[in-house]
Amino acid sequence: MALNKISTLRTTAVPLPIENVDTDQIIPARFLKATTREGFGKNLFRDWRYDNNDQPIQDFVLNNPTYSGEILVAGKNFGCGSSREHAAWAIEDYGFKVVISSFFADIFKSNALNNGVLPITVSEAVLQTIFTAIENNPKATFFVDLPNQTLLIEATGEAVPFEINPYKKECLINGYDDIDYLLSIKSKIEAFEAAKV
Amino acid sequence: MTAKTLFDKIWDTHVVNQIEGGPSVLYIDRHLIHEVTSPQAFSGLEKRQLSVFRPERTVATADHNVPTINQHLPIDDELSRFQVNKLTENCERHGITLYGLNHPYQGIVHVIGPQLGLTQPGMTIVCGDSHTSTHGAFGSIAFGIGTSEVEMVLATQCILQLKPKKMRITVNGQLQENVTPKDVILYIISQISASGATGYFVEYAGEVFRNMTMEGRMTVCNMSIEMGARGGLIAPDETTFDYLKGKEFAPHGKDWDKALSYWQTLYSDEDAQFDHEITFYASDIEPMITYGTNPGMGIKITGSIPRLADIEEKERLSFSKSMQYMGFENGERIIGKPVDYVFIGSCTNGRIEDLRAVAAYVKGKKKADNITAWIVPGSKQVEKQAIEEGIVEVLEAAGFKMRQPGCSACLAMNDDKIPKGKYAVSTSNRNFEGRQGPGARTMLASPLTAAAVAVAGKIVDPRTV
Ligand code: SF4
Repeated sequence: MALNKISTLRTTAVPLPIENVDTDQIIPARFLKATTREGFGKNLFRDWRYDNNDQPIQDFVLNNPTYSGEILVAGKNFGCGSSREHAAWAIEDYGFKVVISSFFADIFKSNALNNGVLPITVSEAVLQTIFTAIENNPKATFFVDLPNQTLLIEATGEAVPFEINPYKKECLINGYDDIDYLLSIKSKIEAFEAAKV
Repeated sequence: MTAKTLFDKIWDTHVVNQIEGGPSVLYIDRHLIHEVTSPQAFSGLEKRQLSVFRPERTVATADHNVPTINQHLPIDDELSRFQVNKLTENCERHGITLYGLNHPYQGIVHVIGPQLGLTQPGMTIVCGDSHTSTHGAFGSIAFGIGTSEVEMVLATQCILQLKPKKMRITVNGQLQENVTPKDVILYIISQISASGATGYFVEYAGEVFRNMTMEGRMTVCNMSIEMGARGGLIAPDETTFDYLKGKEFAPHGKDWDKALSYWQTLYSDEDAQFDHEITFYASDIEPMITYGTNPGMGIKITGSIPRLADIEEKERLSFSKSMQYMGFENGERIIGKPVDYVFIGSCTNGRIEDLRAVAAYVKGKKKADNITAWIVPGSKQVEKQAIEEGIVEVLEAAGFKMRQPGCSACLAMNDDKIPKGKYAVSTSNRNFEGRQGPGARTMLASPLTAAAVAVAGKIVDPRTV
């Protein structure tokens, strides 16, 4: 099944300079009762975004019209906690295509990649540069170039290289998904099983 | 032959195919599923018009989203009922064994796997749940996966994984009295932080783990994910084999002998190389408790919350946010803090040994009036055993409320929520904001500490009361 493709992207970014943003914050457990993948975006960061009476909390960044864009920039260890893919679905459904942090939790990272969301890991110093760029100008733009694995901070002109596994990169650029690949090697899997016993 | 780690030995025998410069295709021996992270995987499968490739390798239970009272009645909450029913339908349609509500084997997925002997050394085990790391206690490679990966396993019994780096955490020496496996793992996480093992698979080694019971080892491996590790494992030994012998789905007769001779080869070779090694000393470990909003924010129960000045500058914003959420001041001592709820349960500490430890402490005592104390057994079997051993009687006499098995207040998906602003000492594994209910303030500790807190009505050192 086709995933969202990502190749290049020029956009503003939303800053969330908090560390250890866990999956219970990204999407609280009480919203995990759904049995479909759609519609999680409206509850993204629910308890930071809305108060007990479902009123928007004004100083939370997603409620601040100054900030917008398809990139979410967050502090270290983003996506730690549970394996719920609902976190990646919520981020994707809300409209983010890229998440930048200095460190991602492993399961979140693979869930993001499996849903066509690109996690970009940068150094602490670069992360600070990005936060500063957005602080100075909320309309600061960034250019993500996946084929060339670079993130251009247009405010400073700094081009930051980033790592991505070559297989995963191909999947994102072409919208391939892992199941298609696994199905294509089914005879190998059967041969493995036969040899194992 | 080159020396191999335990992890490598298991991993290497499960690689079906290696993508050049990419992930490995890993064969999965055991797949566990539950109602919350599987429905979208089944619908994905149906969209592709696929059937489950090896239904006999998947076992299902309902645990996350089930009520813990009146389990014999239809579930009140409409969405939860729908989700649990969906699991039943999916399992029936695809020929998957389900231990659903009211089945004598129902329980938290990471409690029932080991209990039934489904979890065995040398296996690869996955589940759409991060605490799948629990099963590593048996010397297996066990880790949590997302729903897309659940779909991969249903469709092909394989997943694509990048090989993680390897870390060994050794704890030498003998634990002091009343220092429990939960304290050991909370201590380790407090030392290396909530992200200290990200990118790694951890092997726990040393005297402390060798001397631990299987249930203790499960508590430790369970929380590997709380320091970011993909999983944790402990080499199997006599303790492991004794635990497994006779379990329903463990091998029997000749198969047992064959399995055993394989299991006995599962250890890290003497010269095996790890990407990172850390050593701790048992004598440094005391009863632990968390004060903040991630499991790395733990201190000795006799200690003080760090001061803002002691926190690295870039972490101060997160730290202050955490303190504000918890209603604590920098530098304060934790002993004597008032508590409202005590929760004993979860896949970390909802096993029979945990209930025994609590019962042994509270026998003949009463919980404090200001405390609401819930005990939620990890499985139907734990519940049954607790009744048979007279544990339930002791706990009820002390004013604790016994509930029925499930994840319960560990993640508060059902009605078992800690109210906003209230303090809970919990034997579970996560103290994230809102984890136990919106606004709930969680402090993680061992079952023994939780029992002592329930009786005292405030934070106390279980060694001095
Ligand atoms: S008890 Fe808690 S941590 Fe364990 S599986 Fe259930 S929700 Fe997850």
